[in-house]
Amino acid sequence: MSEVKDTQGQLWEVFIQTKKGLPFKHFGSVHAYDKEMAIQNARDLYTRRAEGRGMWVVPADAIVAVDSADDESFFDPSDDKVYRHPTFYELPDGLKNM
Amino acid sequence: MDNLNLSKFCIRLGDHCLIMAHRQSELCSNGPFLEEDIAQINLGLDLLGQAEALLIYAAKLEGGSRSADDIAFRRPEREFQNFMLTEQPNTDFAFVIVRQYIMSLYLLKTYQVLAEVDDETLSGIALKALKELTYHERHFGMWLKRLGDGTEESHERTQTAINELWMFVGELYEEDEVDLVAQKASFAPTGAEMKAFLMEHISAKFTEATLSTPDSIYMTTGSKKGIHTEYLGYLLTEMQYLQRAYPDAKW
Repeated sequence: MSEVKDTQGQLWEVFIQTKKGLPFKHFGSVHAYDKEMAIQNARDLYTRRAEGRGMWVVPADAIVAVDSADDESFFDPSDDKVYRHPTFYELPDGLKNM
Repeated sequence: MDNLNLSKFCIRLGDHCLIMAHRQSELCSNGPFLEEDIAQINLGLDLLGQAEALLIYAAKLEGGSRSADDIAFRRPEREFQNFMLTEQPNTDFAFVIVRQYIMSLYLLKTYQVLAEVDDETLSGIALKALKELTYHERHFGMWLKRLGDGTEESHERTQTAINELWMFVGELYEEDEVDLVAQKASFAPTGAEMKAFLMEHISAKFTEATLSTPDSIYMTTGSKKGIHTEYLGYLLTEMQYLQRAYPDAKW
């Protein structure tokens, strides 16, 4: 099967900060030919319903991800080490976003 | 401004927005790629929102004898006062970009002035619309630069669109009685101010995009008297179909 030429530009991952001070979260992806078009396309797809106050777009190929074949060696060793989580502290009532 | 002139003023501005919104809606599912398809429709929806707000206000100023929907869907072609530029068809993507870029500048200047008027409804509509129009100018301007300074074909097509549409630009800074009343009340820039604003921005953007304005100085006229190009009739036939076929239809 011959490969179909993709004319939509490269893929960019979109990260949105829902409120100032909060971490950016992955929202989805867009196609675009360069940075300027990527941030505009992301705006038109993801921030028209007051979803955020901050936005990043990152070229998808700039993101290094763990190959799922490596899951065991990367993630499983922590399964039986519950003490690595600071879950034994009592949090004050007023604390949010922890 | 008195209610009669103010309602006429609002209907004119509403007509520009309404007709452009319909043209943009025709792009739905026809964009060059998914993201741009959605962007074009979004910008059309912005314009539809502005049209609705303006026509609702106009209907109220008229005294309630007809609704905003009546104004939009039950007037014949000769009663529409949108600029001929706004009704020009989506011949290709370059025509869309050139038409919308020039009209975005016109609306930006119009709303900048309206944002300052002593009329809470209108200044409210204008302040909200200004945020939208700032983005429209940016988005269409980005494409103008990309197409003009892109490939040989994109440059040629964009220059063709400019050459074909240029004669409709003169209407944007014409003045008639309604305009003069609006200018006197500081609701609108003078024709000379509008022309200077448009030409300054167009000239800077076109230079950046390696495009040029045509030498021809012939400008068409007539939309303020309800005279239009052949395209508006077809557009209205589609836009008004439902109300014409099923008057007072409800969801």
